[in-house]
Amino acid sequence: MSVFSTVGCAAAAVLEAKPSHGLEPRGSILKAVPAKYNPAHHAFAVFTACATLVVITAGAMVTSNDAGLSVPDWPTSFGYLVKVPHFVGGVRYEWSHRMVAGTLLVLTLGIALSTLLVEKRRWLRWLAVAAFCTVILQATLGGMTVLFFQPPWLSTAHATVAQTFFCVAVAIALFTGRKWVEEQPQVEFDSRRPSLFTLTLFSVFVLYVQLILGGMFRHHGMSWWPHVLNALFVSVVLAWTAVRALSVYSRIEAVQRPAIIMVSLLVVQLCLGFAAFWTRVEWGRNAIQPELPMVAATVTHVAVGALLLATTVVLAIQVWRHVPVAFAERTSRTLEREKFTAA
Amino acid sequence: MNSKRGWIIAISMLAACALLLIAACNKKESTEQPANTATEQPAPAATPIDPATVATIDGTVKFDGTAPKPAKIDMSQDPACKGMNESENIVVDSGDLANVFVYVKDGLGNRTFDVPKDAIELDQQGCKYHPHVLGVMAGQTIQIKNDDQTTHNIHPTPKDNREWNESQPPSTAPLEKSFAREEIMLPVKCNQHPWMKMYINVVKSPFYAVTDKSGKYEIKGLPPGTYTIAFVQEKLGEQDQQVTVGPKETKVVDQSFKDTGM
Repeated sequence: MSVFSTVGCAAAAVLEAKPSHGLEPRGSILKAVPAKYNPAHHAFAVFTACATLVVITAGAMVTSNDAGLSVPDWPTSFGYLVKVPHFVGGVRYEWSHRMVAGTLLVLTLGIALSTLLVEKRRWLRWLAVAAFCTVILQATLGGMTVLFFQPPWLSTAHATVAQTFFCVAVAIALFTGRKWVEEQPQVEFDSRRPSLFTLTLFSVFVLYVQLILGGMFRHHGMSWWPHVLNALFVSVVLAWTAVRALSVYSRIEAVQRPAIIMVSLLVVQLCLGFAAFWTRVEWGRNAIQPELPMVAATVTHVAVGALLLATTVVLAIQVWRHVPVAFAERTSRTLEREKFTAA
Repeated sequence: MNSKRGWIIAISMLAACALLLIAACNKKESTEQPANTATEQPAPAATPIDPATVATIDGTVKFDGTAPKPAKIDMSQDPACKGMNESENIVVDSGDLANVFVYVKDGLGNRTFDVPKDAIELDQQGCKYHPHVLGVMAGQTIQIKNDDQTTHNIHPTPKDNREWNESQPPSTAPLEKSFAREEIMLPVKCNQHPWMKMYINVVKSPFYAVTDKSGKYEIKGLPPGTYTIAFVQEKLGEQDQQVTVGPKETKVVDQSFKDTGM
């Protein structure tokens, strides 16, 4: 155990003894309102998060099969709300995507309403409302891509908001889980610079940049090389974050597990990215129609990308809860900053 | 968040859903005929051409090299698609190159031409476009037919004209469309059948042609003068030639495209 960890543990012990000093780890601030684990609500939240991944995969199928505009009207489909059209060609993908997305909207309304009804934590109620607003925004963006013939920036915004919503859905599932609600967080203070929390935030940021670059390439708004180049940078940042989390805080299961999943998904995602590049840019350059290897590689690349982003968000949340920056460190840094400003 | 505010938010969310539902229930048939897309400005009077002096340019377009094998199209995703399932992006027969758009690119000055009243036909048959390359004057009507027992959608993706995307179920009236501005190799695709692709070439003059299966083309009624003739192929690009034709002259202008290893 490093000197910093020892100091951190000692500080944690002091905090446990004197919780009224306002020095509690932030996880316990989240638990300030007594929350009760509701298995049905949690199961509903998990189901909504899983349904979101299904919708993202269905959306990726639409793009990979070049079927985005096979249903030319919106919000109706060939003039009807739910009437099943002639189920051939690109219509299969686009219409199915619209139907599962509509189902997700209803599920999100359900989770938002149930959260408002059963949840005591005010911030979580607001998060559920934010989830609903995000899904409405996403539906509007989806409609706009149809009505404006898929300009790359709009299609990329649709893809980015989809994964943002997935992260919110996963976060709601996490916050309603038994472990989050009932278990006392195991806390270790972080004195290293950059802090693990900063690293996780930076990981989320570079993944977002990667998501936007990938979306722009996929929707013909940009060449492939910025996405491929940034993949190297993403790999370095995520590996750094994972190494820090696993080498220093491996005792904390809530941090260790998402860190391992994140680094595993990163490896899978790099392999899938290579396959997607090869099947689309190299082999598929002159393809007369979308071919199965390209569709399989690109769709899986999108789905695993969504899982990777959500896992990194979960890691950031768990680090924020379990590995806070030591208060003394923060105070001294604040003082230094104040001195610097005064000088 | 107190309970009153919670209820207000819950009701707002339900109202948002209801609004979306109402918007979605406003049935709008996608097959309705939109207004003609051509600009409604009166066309300037055509510059007169002396029919006694007009010249003709004809010739053959060749493919220099080994012709690539046409890619096979998998049409199995729609049982109604029964057609020749080979791609048409490079069609070569005994060295003759089909589907090359040939037009007078330069040399006509400020001449204006009457837009033909007759519509040009574009047919969808066997889940392919017929013809694969089409020439049309700016403002001229294109009549789009669907002879297949499946729904197609016609989606031009122009750079300089207005983009549109409409579905056309089987046994429905032809769509009538036009393009207002000149544009060469304007891609048209069907998003329901991703292999369906063709090109419309919108030009200002009637002096254009598309090479047939034997690579031949003919441009008639050209006033004497010096012109730049452009040969455009969807994959092989554009090649230009300078040509001077005298009164009543018929000039043979051949062209060949080199194998670029596609």
